[in-house]
Amino acid sequence: MRTTWAGVVLVASVAIAGCRIESKEEFAGVPAAARATRLPDRLELGVAATPVGIASIDIDANPAGAGLPAGEGTHAQGIPIYAQKCASCHGAKGEGLATYPKLVSPDTLAGFPFGKDASIPKTVGNYWPYATTVYDYVHRTMPFTAPGSLTPNETYALVAWLLAENRIVPMTAVMNASTLPKVQMPARRHFVIDDRTGGQPFR
Amino acid sequence: MNDSEKAGLPESPMSRRRALGVAAGLVGGAVLTGTTLDAMTQVPTAKVPGAMPAGGAAVVSAPAAPLPVAPPDASMIPGIASGPLSTRSPFEMPALTPVGITTGSSLTPLQHIAGTITPSDLHFQRHHNGIAVIDPHRYALTVHGLVDRPLVFSLEQLKRFPAMTRTCFVECSGNGRSAFRAPKREMTPQQVDGLTSNSEWTGVSVAALLKEAGVQHGATWVLAEGGDAARLSRSVPMDKMLDDAFIAYAQNGEPLRMPNGYPARLLLPGYEGNMCVKWIRRLEAIDQPNMSRDETAKYTDPLANGTARQFSFTMDAKSIITSPAYPTRLTGPGWWPVTGLAWTGRGRIERVDVSTDGGRTWTEAELSNPVLSRAHTRFEHMWKWDGRPAQLMSRAIDETGYVQPTLQTYRDTRGAGTDYHFNAIRTWLVEQDGSVYFGG
Ligand code: HEC
Repeated sequence: MRTTWAGVVLVASVAIAGCRIESKEEFAGVPAAARATRLPDRLELGVAATPVGIASIDIDANPAGAGLPAGEGTHAQGIPIYAQKCASCHGAKGEGLATYPKLVSPDTLAGFPFGKDASIPKTVGNYWPYATTVYDYVHRTMPFTAPGSLTPNETYALVAWLLAENRIVPMTAVMNASTLPKVQMPARRHFVIDDRTGGQPFR
Repeated sequence: MNDSEKAGLPESPMSRRRALGVAAGLVGGAVLTGTTLDAMTQVPTAKVPGAMPAGGAAVVSAPAAPLPVAPPDASMIPGIASGPLSTRSPFEMPALTPVGITTGSSLTPLQHIAGTITPSDLHFQRHHNGIAVIDPHRYALTVHGLVDRPLVFSLEQLKRFPAMTRTCFVECSGNGRSAFRAPKREMTPQQVDGLTSNSEWTGVSVAALLKEAGVQHGATWVLAEGGDAARLSRSVPMDKMLDDAFIAYAQNGEPLRMPNGYPARLLLPGYEGNMCVKWIRRLEAIDQPNMSRDETAKYTDPLANGTARQFSFTMDAKSIITSPAYPTRLTGPGWWPVTGLAWTGRGRIERVDVSTDGGRTWTEAELSNPVLSRAHTRFEHMWKWDGRPAQLMSRAIDETGYVQPTLQTYRDTRGAGTDYHFNAIRTWLVEQDGSVYFGG
């Protein structure tokens, strides 16, 4: 809660947690709260989104598997797709070329040493906490030059290739909407929720 | 502010910008000759005596433009006619650097910013797959997911909501990474911390849009997604969305600049820049975070204790002296303003202290008013330099009592491999000859 420029009127309903929202009417001396009560709950703006319209852009997948489409793929199916569509930037074995990121690091690291040593590349294998993120990201924006061009089957095959090369799933694993959310990523247990709160001490 | 004018003549290698600054200082004198009105309007390529071509420039990476020519006495000759857009004086050549980036950053030249607002064309840029080109007539923002009425808003409809205007900073949470990992004496404020910018934004509150769609119980997060080729996506807590989040369509009085998200972007005052999704096309009310790449594999903070901090959204208090700083040089002892920017994602800057002796003693700096919440705040401390080596530092304190940490505290607490939120105190080393270098 905070007072407006105009004086002592509280604008609690609009300005929350220390943020002054400077609306046109505050400049005119009319508190935002007063305006809010004048307006109906809804302005009836916007048009109804159609299921087809939503489906065309609703591309995300979450750790519970929501959003993962039908389809499936394996490491073996991923080999030619990776070679054709990914290797030119990420290297034949996912080692990363030039400035393009490394995707594969199958070696087990002692502990989770990234906080001590910035030179260790973070990859799908050693740093990504959720397997569904691999589907979401690759399908969303790879290959870099043709984002959104991969079919669900191609994407599942590439996800299987990436997870198997990183020794997270067996070479024979079939990736689909029910198997992928069950894959446990080794890095997951190292993630903690932000505990910074302002004030002291420094964290 | 022109640092060359402020700090006097630089020594070689002389950058083009500094050379022009020298020339600017001489406008009105007798140095620039042979100028006609035609010549001025055409910005001729005639050489300015004393000016040197680009080379060894630490700041400027833009291609060399023709050198300006000013009449010996502008009061003796009618000026040039107005044009549809005003341009910078040809003597002023601030530039983002590096440029030509489609995934990576172009940094704001903080040393060329006066006051608190970042000129829109100097706002830093961080793209993940280039700058999206979007026709405003075909632009659409879809609000869906756990809502009663999934809706699509055109740009025109967004502008029919009550507008809100507020000034706030946007800072990339990777800002300061190279200064932390690989500090070099020859780093400018731009290179140290140029991934922060501050604008007056205008738009519509996300709360208004969510109200229109009718958020359902159980919707605890909102997935925000861009319409660029990265389709960049981030989960934002519902509390933040209902608090002060807004969809901005204007920046500093005009439509957003294309690289900053034209025609509309999300702004989350105080939160890391990556979450302020540009070219926003979709808001989906959801019941758990999406765990997109940029909230898991990226934008998480590995710590020395073998964990990684996730959802570290808020940018903590930070400050940097932008003058004097490399590559300027103090031309002699006497009074010099020590000035810079401070900001915090947790509210207002309470105080900024300046030290000229490497942190042994501190003096409270002046803050330029008004001090706005979650916005760049300008500080200045008048310093009488005695001509001896000095170490300049600034330390921001915010309204929560948070104190910007020393580099030592920062490194000990977070670890040498930490990856985001680099807000330790920065040091500038003033040498006996007046040259200034980055000291980590
Ligand atoms: C033209 C070069 C190019 C091609 C081809 C390409 N990528 Fe990428 N990839 C990139 C770049 C650049 C990034 C980093 C993008 C960023 O962070 O902004 C990236 C990032 C990634 C990442 C995330 C890495 C991390 O740890 O954050 C994955 C996974 C990935 N690519 C998978 C693929 C797959 C699978 C293919 C083939 C379908 C592919 N890429 C094709 C350039 C490419």
